[in-house]
Amino acid sequence: MTDFERHQYDVVVIGSGGAGLRAAIAAREAGKKTAVVCKSLFGKAHTVMAEGGIAASMGNVNDNDNWQVHFRDTMRGGKFMNNYRMAELHAKEAPDRVWELEEWGALFDRTPDGKISQRNFGGHEYPRLAHVGDRTGLELIRTLQQKIVSLQQQDEKDLGDAEAMLKVFAECTITDLLLDDEPGKGKIAGAFGYYRETGRFVVFDTAAVVVATGGIGKSFKVTSNSWEYTGDGLALAMRAGGTVLNMEFIQFHPTGMVWPLSVKGILVTESVRGDGGILKNSEGKRFMFDYIPDVFKAKYATTEEEGDRWYTDPDNNLRPPELLPRDEVARAINSEVKAGRGSPHGGVFLDIASRKSPDVIRKKLPSMYHQFKELADVDITVEPMEVGPTCHYVMGGIEVDPDTGASPSVQGLFSAGEASGGMHGSNRLGGNSLSDLLVFGRRAGLGASAYVEGLGGNKPTAKEEDITKAADRAQAPFTHEGGENPYTLHQELQQTMNDLVGIIRTDAEIKEALKRIEVLKGRIANMTVEGHRQFNPGWHLALDLQSMIIVSECVAKAALTRTESRGGHTREDFPTMESDWRVVNLICSLHGNDIEIVKQPLPIMTNELLSLFEHSELEKYLAIDELKDHPEAKR
Amino acid sequence: MAYDASFRVWRGNTNGGELTNYKVSVNEGEVVLDIIHRLQQTQTPDLAVRWNCKAGKCGSCSAEVNGKPALLCMTRMNTFTEDETVTVTPLRTFPVIKDLVTDVSFNYQKAREIPSFTPPEGLKPGEYRMQQVDVERSQEFRKCIECFLCQDVCHVIRDHEDNKPAFSGPRFFIRQAELDMHPLDTASRKRDAQEKHGIGLCNITKCCTEVCPEHIKITDNAIIPMKERVADAKYDPLRWLGAKIRGRQPGDVE
Amino acid sequence: MSTTEKPAASNDGTGVFSPGRARISAKTLRVDNWWVQPTITFIILLSFVIYSTWRAFANADYFSMPYLSPFYSPCLADSCPPGSQDFGSWIGSWYAWSPALIILIFPLGFRMTCYYYRKAYYRSFWMSPPACAVAEPHKKYSGETKFPLILENVHRYFFYAALVFNVVLTWDAIASFRNPQGEWGHAGLGTLFLVGNATLLWLYSLSCHSCRHAVGGRLKHFSNHPVRYKWWTMVSKLNTRHMLFAWLSLFGVAFTDFYIYLVASGAITDPRFF
Ligand SMILES: Cc1cc2nc3c(=O)[nH]c(=O)nc-3n(C[C@H](O)[C@H](O)[C@H](O)COP(=O)(O)OP(=O)(O)OC[C@H]3O[C@@H](n4cnc5c(N)ncnc54)[C@H](O)[C@@H]3O)c2cc1C
Ligand code: SF4
Ligand code: SF4
Ligand code: FES
Ligand code: FES
Repeated sequence: MTDFERHQYDVVVIGSGGAGLRAAIAAREAGKKTAVVCKSLFGKAHTVMAEGGIAASMGNVNDNDNWQVHFRDTMRGGKFMNNYRMAELHAKEAPDRVWELEEWGALFDRTPDGKISQRNFGGHEYPRLAHVGDRTGLELIRTLQQKIVSLQQQDEKDLGDAEAMLKVFAECTITDLLLDDEPGKGKIAGAFGYYRETGRFVVFDTAAVVVATGGIGKSFKVTSNSWEYTGDGLALAMRAGGTVLNMEFIQFHPTGMVWPLSVKGILVTESVRGDGGILKNSEGKRFMFDYIPDVFKAKYATTEEEGDRWYTDPDNNLRPPELLPRDEVARAINSEVKAGRGSPHGGVFLDIASRKSPDVIRKKLPSMYHQFKELADVDITVEPMEVGPTCHYVMGGIEVDPDTGASPSVQGLFSAGEASGGMHGSNRLGGNSLSDLLVFGRRAGLGASAYVEGLGGNKPTAKEEDITKAADRAQAPFTHEGGENPYTLHQELQQTMNDLVGIIRTDAEIKEALKRIEVLKGRIANMTVEGHRQFNPGWHLALDLQSMIIVSECVAKAALTRTESRGGHTREDFPTMESDWRVVNLICSLHGNDIEIVKQPLPIMTNELLSLFEHSELEKYLAIDELKDHPEAKR
Repeated sequence: MAYDASFRVWRGNTNGGELTNYKVSVNEGEVVLDIIHRLQQTQTPDLAVRWNCKAGKCGSCSAEVNGKPALLCMTRMNTFTEDETVTVTPLRTFPVIKDLVTDVSFNYQKAREIPSFTPPEGLKPGEYRMQQVDVERSQEFRKCIECFLCQDVCHVIRDHEDNKPAFSGPRFFIRQAELDMHPLDTASRKRDAQEKHGIGLCNITKCCTEVCPEHIKITDNAIIPMKERVADAKYDPLRWLGAKIRGRQPGDVE
Repeated sequence: MSTTEKPAASNDGTGVFSPGRARISAKTLRVDNWWVQPTITFIILLSFVIYSTWRAFANADYFSMPYLSPFYSPCLADSCPPGSQDFGSWIGSWYAWSPALIILIFPLGFRMTCYYYRKAYYRSFWMSPPACAVAEPHKKYSGETKFPLILENVHRYFFYAALVFNVVLTWDAIASFRNPQGEWGHAGLGTLFLVGNATLLWLYSLSCHSCRHAVGGRLKHFSNHPVRYKWWTMVSKLNTRHMLFAWLSLFGVAFTDFYIYLVASGAITDPRFF
């Protein structure tokens, strides 16, 4: 039996992004002994990369804003497939979560009267995104990190040990969740992982696990996501018997860098457009005016003049179509490039240089200015940028209870942040993720604490043989001989997903992808890793690949099943949105080696919330008999 | 545009190691991190390196390139000539773990020694009012991505291991400056900067500023102003007198 | 794949060779000409020190109506030639050495404690460090925490003194709008030197970090002090060029003095404009 380290905790949070840290703070403040485990160093989680801002209807810039408006925007953005309760909680609680950050030391940009400034973003009716230049995610992570440090300082004072109640296990990867029984029956009893640094194994005995592991973008070739985004949390949950939903909905951000090749996919923040940037094709045409879909016709400007006026007088003009929800813009760019009107490196032009003075650009978009200067030798105050769609965010994720983040299928499993699903429906609005992390991170932390509280002394214990199995599984790649190298397999998987289950999908291509995934599965099971366990990236990737392959299969199978186009799922062979499909969630679960997909009805929105919308708008999404209780319903 | 470059990468761990030569192909627009990844993919899969964002945002990929502390993901290959040998080593101020990965826990330890933001009592969330001009100085310091390159280059600890306990380093001087200049922070931090964090050990030779990938003016905007604030609190007899007359502590908020 | 460098046979186990750190035998792996800058700084500063020592002790050729060398201004001893004692002779007749020695401590102290010059001489003279990521030769290092370097903290007082000197040297510049007979409304090449010198000294002093702190830097709430915030903003702008002004004003002082030396010693005659 390999040796391992063992720790006891009340709550173990996997992930130190915004969701994970907020959950940990909530659990610790509820008096629970809490561990945070993460793959990279403390303070480096993916959330640092978020740029544009955090959406909360504080109404600091336009006081017409309130939670109802935010709720409506969120539902529209998600094409009414959002879990309504999550969208409601999110819209209601986001302002408090943002204000709380200030209390912990965050320094957002200010309005003239000293409040938190808010900026425009795609799909948000009013300026709503609290921000710090274009490095909002960094501010969020650092603030939460420093809040954790302050809690530790308190513990040091009170208990003599800074890590007595809250400890961060950095560069430690969880590879398995431990149960007290078979998957499907068992409750969470612990988690198994390894330290990246030494390769040493570690077991956490805990009754509650909060999975806040972020997204899955690394399964795609062109992505704004980092290596961390291998979908571990989803795979962990599924292997423990949990369910995952909405996996077909993947957000392709319209503006990623396309050149040079080595940075292809790196995000160009939406704030460029929020602050006045426009999209042009190779003919110099502002093409977005040609792509306003019917459902949005009444909400967007139809002439350049009106769109331009909106920046200074938003109350009396409609916003320009560059600020349509991301799925619309990404598809539009894709079509322009396909029609041969793309830029030299296969994107379109994003122009801020001709719209704002160099000083304003450098002040408002400092990191974009540097990013292009340093990575592409392009001065965005002088030249337009070349941009194209990049895989950015997964709307789908672990199925959770909206109020507590609890998994409906595995007791003791909680989830929040990008790893969980439902909140954003078929498409997420920019800025709604950071607020989602805080709102549901906190709720999951509290949910987990309450669950542990409820267990009393009856804590489930992990089965020893499962620990051995987990250790064997982790070491397997060293024992195979003559297998392939994980880097090659990873590249093939990325290429497959990018080409065949990418932004535009067809039945034949997805089937082809599934065929290849099936083959890759076998090859992954036999891959070989050289060297030893001490900080060995080849081995790390090998283990991450096992998550990626599961998640990729979910995406492909769900995409094949949903025969309509909606939000982050576009089928060339089924180009329209169908109200029959709106009420269906696709739920994935793992049985042995196989992914199973079942249809599950979407929770039905309360009439109170339904009444926040006009009947005429709802007609575009909902079937008529779903609307019979609407106040404007024609009897 | 593609060519074969000569690389020298330090391979090893605490027990020792060596600079190892590689030939590896380079394409247009690539950065050093791309080349390290190519080495992993094609020649040496267990080459250890830290990275996350590959866009200069997370501060993970800190190392030294041709002897200079730098982010691997922001060091473009076209800054070297094609026949130049590029040497990549781990940070040399912190203990090495393996290859290009070092143990930077020193920094997390130091972070914990600085008292957190202390808002005025009774101020409720949502009631915070701050002017943009008052937050701007601190915002500059909050751009820090904690790459610890400044900590690495600082000779106070790079060349003198024995100073580590007494010296927090530039990253944490900017943190103190950030809090001391925060319009709503109420804690007093000036004496601490000198007495607990060793700002007096800094001889303002500015290497930290030179390497900071976020272009934070560490020395000019944080360390020197902090040194001046320390002087207010500790070394200026006139201010001491002035403060006594007004019944305050020298170095109190104005 | 091949190995180029063997671990060093011996090193002293400190600094970059401390236990635990990556064992690399080179003190620095920098391949650029990192030594050029400290060498240039060293040469220039050393030349200035030699030159100014010679000139300060020379006690001759520092005044030629209406030009008084900045090294000797204000000239406060009885020995100062007539016309150079605009601020009186405070010292009296007992004092027999060079009048420069009475006052030089102030500009010298100002520059010695200047945040920029500290950087310059710590790097080029003390090699602490000679350049970034180049190991320094010293075994022990206590920075500015102990006597005498803890005295660097009094820089602000030298700054206040420097302001007084700037007024004096500004007066000298104004007084140089005279002819050798002392009549106003004339100017020569020396006038340009003195005016240039005074201007550069103002730029140097106003861009000082202590100045930046004093005008507004020490405030917590700029918004409550709009005027000081404006000053601070202006000084901050100058401050980004402090290094430049430090060098220019150093050259300014040296060349002004040298010019006056040439005129006073009769080596050249001062071209007159009007
Ligand atoms: C470039 C970019 C810009 C963005 N801009 C915005 C924006 O402006 N506004 C907005 O609202 N959203 C934005 N987003 C989206 C948003 O940043 C993410 O959705 C969000 O940060 C996800 O946070 P999280 O807490 O769920 O997870 P993350 O912050 O991604 O953290 C995941 C954590 O889980 C850990 N982890 C993963 N697997 C394991 C494992 N097996 N074991 C242990 N730990 C593990 C990781 O180490 C990491 O700490 C942006 C995203 C990107 C990529
Ligand atoms: S300026 Fe000070 S803190 Fe910065 S590197 Fe030099 S000695 Fe270190
Ligand atoms: S101050 Fe600059 S160099 Fe230092 S850690 Fe922060 S970003 Fe890195
Ligand atoms: S990888 Fe994030 S800074 Fe280089
Ligand atoms: S800092 Fe250089 S003169 Fe004051």
